[in-house]
Amino acid sequence: MHSFGYRANALITFAVTILALMCAIASLSDNLNSPSPSSQVQVLNINWFQKQPNGNDEVSMTLNISADLQSMFTWNTKQVFVFIAAEYETPKNALNQVSLWDGIIPSKEHAKFWIHTTNKYRFTDQGSNLRGKEFNLTLHWHVMPKTGKMFADKIVMSGFRLPDEYR
Amino acid sequence: MDSFRSISIRRSTTQAINLGMMMTSALMMWKLWMCVSGTESPVVVVLTGSMEPGIKKGDLLFLHMNQSPICSGEIVVFNVEGKEIPIVHRVVTVHEERETEKVTILTKGDNNRVDDRHGVYADGQLWLEQNHIQGRVMGFLPYLGWATIIMTEKPVIKYILIGALSLLVITSKE
Repeated sequence: MHSFGYRANALITFAVTILALMCAIASLSDNLNSPSPSSQVQVLNINWFQKQPNGNDEVSMTLNISADLQSMFTWNTKQVFVFIAAEYETPKNALNQVSLWDGIIPSKEHAKFWIHTTNKYRFTDQGSNLRGKEFNLTLHWHVMPKTGKMFADKIVMSGFRLPDEYR
Repeated sequence: MDSFRSISIRRSTTQAINLGMMMTSALMMWKLWMCVSGTESPVVVVLTGSMEPGIKKGDLLFLHMNQSPICSGEIVVFNVEGKEIPIVHRVVTVHEERETEKVTILTKGDNNRVDDRHGVYADGQLWLEQNHIQGRVMGFLPYLGWATIIMTEKPVIKYILIGALSLLVITSKE
């Protein structure tokens, strides 16, 4: 009952249980944080808008993205993954979400940013429905913790519209 | 002499039953976890560095799956036909057809320059569908998957561990 083996076993079990408990509490403490993010996106220019040989429309645009995500960082946050998706409907598809740009915010200091960029990923439709299309730009963020549960949310910005003709 | 032998038979039978009970209750808990989380593998170990720096090789991921539609930005685990190991990447594009409600998905690893059509999907495959997705990532614990990676890369260690554990259970006096 008091051999080395039993003592080592009891010690290790206790240590692992406490470690697991600490990870759970760290994760639960993230719920106490109530974030208040803000963001703004502008489409500065439509660079080109064409129908590709495979029949799908494609757009290239320059975006001006500014956001303040500092309130999202807690001591248990490893990074925040942020991306912008264009959302729209077509006659064939009830929902389309295409990611245009993403970035990783490693720390609170970098969480208030302003960036001027063309879309990092191609804005391509399944089909040829984009002329004159109204779409929303949604800023999504995923808070990835050091341990525990991940959180995600978004801000929807509407009122964007693609040109009626190819250019 | 007879009573001596029957005591030791009783003791070894008890030990065998105890061992069996431990193994079956572990199996029952695992199956229960599979039911609750809705996926066949509710816990996976990250094997590649394609999602760094957020999710590193050796991290342990907890999965959950239900019928609600997959949104862009979610981190999902999926299988590609012809490849055995499941892949953990993020969804970048979703299209949902109005009539059939069929969902097509494009994924990309955070640390990869290009999306998964270049190198991850099967030849000629452009999209994933909802039934390819095994689960979405809900939470994770860092570093805990290394034990599994070591045991897979050097199976000797796995056999040594199982052998040692069985020896411990058999030779324990209670």
